[in-house]
Amino acid sequence: MDKIKRILGLLWMILGPITIAVLITSAVQNISAGGTADIHKPLPWLIIIGIFTPIAIGLTIFGWYAWKGAYDGEIKT
Amino acid sequence: MAQTPAKGIWKIITASSVGTLIEWYDFYIFGSLSTIIAAKFFPAGNPTTALLATLATFAAGFIVRPFGALFFGRLGDLIGRKHTFLLTLIIMGSSTFLIGLIPSYVTIGFWAPLIVLLLRLLQGLALGGEYGGAATYVAEHSPEHRRGFFTSWIQITATLGLFVSLVVILGVRRLVGVEEFTNGNGWRYPFLLSIVLVLISILIRLKMKESPLFTQLKEEGKTSVNPIKESFGHKENFKMVLLALFGATMGQGVIWYTSQFYAQSFILTKCNVEYEQANSIIMIALLLATPFFIVFGALSDKWGRKNIMLFGMLLGVLLYRPIFQQLYSLADTSGKEVVTNTVIEGQVGSNMKVPAVLTNYTDGTVLKVATTTSSTGVKTTKEVVLNGNTKWKMILLVTAMVLFVTMVYGPIAAFLVEMFPTRIRYTSMSLPYHIGNGVFGGLVPFIATLITTIPGTNYLSGLWYPIGVAALCLVVGGLYLSNKIEEHVTDEIAIKGEGQMELPVI
Repeated sequence: MDKIKRILGLLWMILGPITIAVLITSAVQNISAGGTADIHKPLPWLIIIGIFTPIAIGLTIFGWYAWKGAYDGEIKT
Repeated sequence: MAQTPAKGIWKIITASSVGTLIEWYDFYIFGSLSTIIAAKFFPAGNPTTALLATLATFAAGFIVRPFGALFFGRLGDLIGRKHTFLLTLIIMGSSTFLIGLIPSYVTIGFWAPLIVLLLRLLQGLALGGEYGGAATYVAEHSPEHRRGFFTSWIQITATLGLFVSLVVILGVRRLVGVEEFTNGNGWRYPFLLSIVLVLISILIRLKMKESPLFTQLKEEGKTSVNPIKESFGHKENFKMVLLALFGATMGQGVIWYTSQFYAQSFILTKCNVEYEQANSIIMIALLLATPFFIVFGALSDKWGRKNIMLFGMLLGVLLYRPIFQQLYSLADTSGKEVVTNTVIEGQVGSNMKVPAVLTNYTDGTVLKVATTTSSTGVKTTKEVVLNGNTKWKMILLVTAMVLFVTMVYGPIAAFLVEMFPTRIRYTSMSLPYHIGNGVFGGLVPFIATLITTIPGTNYLSGLWYPIGVAALCLVVGGLYLSNKIEEHVTDEIAIKGEGQMELPVI
C-alpha cells in the first residue's frame, strides 16, 4: 500500500500544474468582449486562477510529501 | 478524556448551533434572492455595476471565506473560541440587516452596489470564521465516544439554514404578494428579520463560557503564539491540512453543493419547474433527509469517519448522472399526451407576463409557455407544474442526493477536530473546510457552465466536475486517510479531576 501511495504522489504532483494550465487555456478560449455570461468575463477567471494557484501548489506539495513517504503507514488523525 | 455531563453538552450544542444556523440563513438569503438584488442594485448594461456584481458573486465565496477562515481561525487560537465566534455572529447579523436597509441604485446610484458588495464581503468573512469555532467548541466539550454524534448537530445547521431561508422567503413572498416582493420592498423583510434572530443568538452565546480545553491551555501558557505559522509552516501539521483538503473536504464540498444548490438550480432552469413548486421540492427533501446528519454522525462514532464520508462520495460519483437524468425526464413534457391548449392573457405565472399558451396533459401536468418581445429580442419562458405523483418522485430523488450530503457532512466536524491539536485547531481546520466548501463547492455552477461550452455536451455534462472532484477525493481519502477514531483531542493537557472537566456554566 505504501508503494502505491508513493507512486501516486507523482500523479498528484503533475496534476497541480495541469489544473492551472487547463484553467488558463479555458480562460483564453472563453473570455470574449461580447459575452455576458460569467465565463466570458475576465474578472471571474482572474479570481478563480488566483485562488486555484495556491491550491494547485498545495496539490503538488501533497504529491511531493506522498512521494517522499510522509503518508506511509497508518496516518494518525 | 474529560466529559461534560449530558445536560451541559446540550446547552452548549444549542448555543453553538443556533448561531451557526442563523449565519447560514444570512448567507443563503442573499444567494436565494440574487436575481432581485441584481435588479435593485446591479442594473444591467452598466459596466461598473456589472463589475461589482461579479465581485459580489465570486470574491465573497472564493477569496473572502478562506481569508475569514485564516483571520478568525488565528484569532480563535489566540484569544479563544467563544469571543471569536461571537464576533463572527455580530458581523454576519449586522451585515445582513444593513443589506435590507440599503436604498436601491435608482435612489443613491453607484453607492448602492458598492455598499452591498462591502456587506457581502463581510458576510463571507464572518462565515469563514464561524464554522471552525462552533465545531471546535462543541467537540472540545464532547465525550470521545460520542464526538461524531454531538458535532453532527453543528453540521445540521448548514442544511437547516438553507431550509429556514427558503421557508422565510416563500412565506414572505406569499404574505406580501409576488409583485411587492419582487418589485417593492418585500424582499427586504428576510434580511431585516435576521437582526431579531441574531440578537437572540448573541444573548445565548454571551452566557457561554470558554472551551475548557482552551482555557486550560491558556492557563498553562501553552497557546500558540503564531497559529498560522504553526498550522502551515510546519510540515507535520501542513501535511495534515493538505490531506484534510484533498482527502475529505474537497469531495465533501462538491457533494454538498451539487445535491442541494445545483439540484435546485437544475430543477428551476433545466427542468423549468414552477418557482414555488421547485423550492417546495427542495424544502421537503431537506426536511426528510436532515435527521440523517445526526444518524451518520452517530454511526461514525462506531464505524469510523472515513468509511461513511467516502461511501457518500462514492454514491455521488455513481448516481448523480442517473438521478439528474431522471429529474429531467420527469419534467419533460415532450412525450406526454395533450388534453387542451389555451391562450391566456394577463399574468399566468410567478414572473410571466403574457400572452401565454397553457397546455394541460392527461397526467395532470401543466405547461405554461410565454413569449415576450423587448428591445433585447424575443424571449420564451417555460414553467412546468408537475402533478402530485411526479412531484413526490422528484422529492425522493432530491432526498436521496441530500442523504449523500448527510454521509459526507455529518461526520466531518469530528473528523477535522481529531486531525489537529488544540492549540492550532481553529486555524488548521477552518482553511481546508472553507476551501473545500467555498472554492470547490462554490465553483460547481461556473465549471458546469464551462463544460457545457464544449461541443457535443448536454444538460448533464456539467456534472462531470463534481463527479471528477469527488472521485479524486475518494481515491486520495481511500488511500491516505485512516478510519481509526482519534480518542484524545486534548494535546498534552492534563485534565483536572478524575476524568471530569470543569463544566462551563451557561
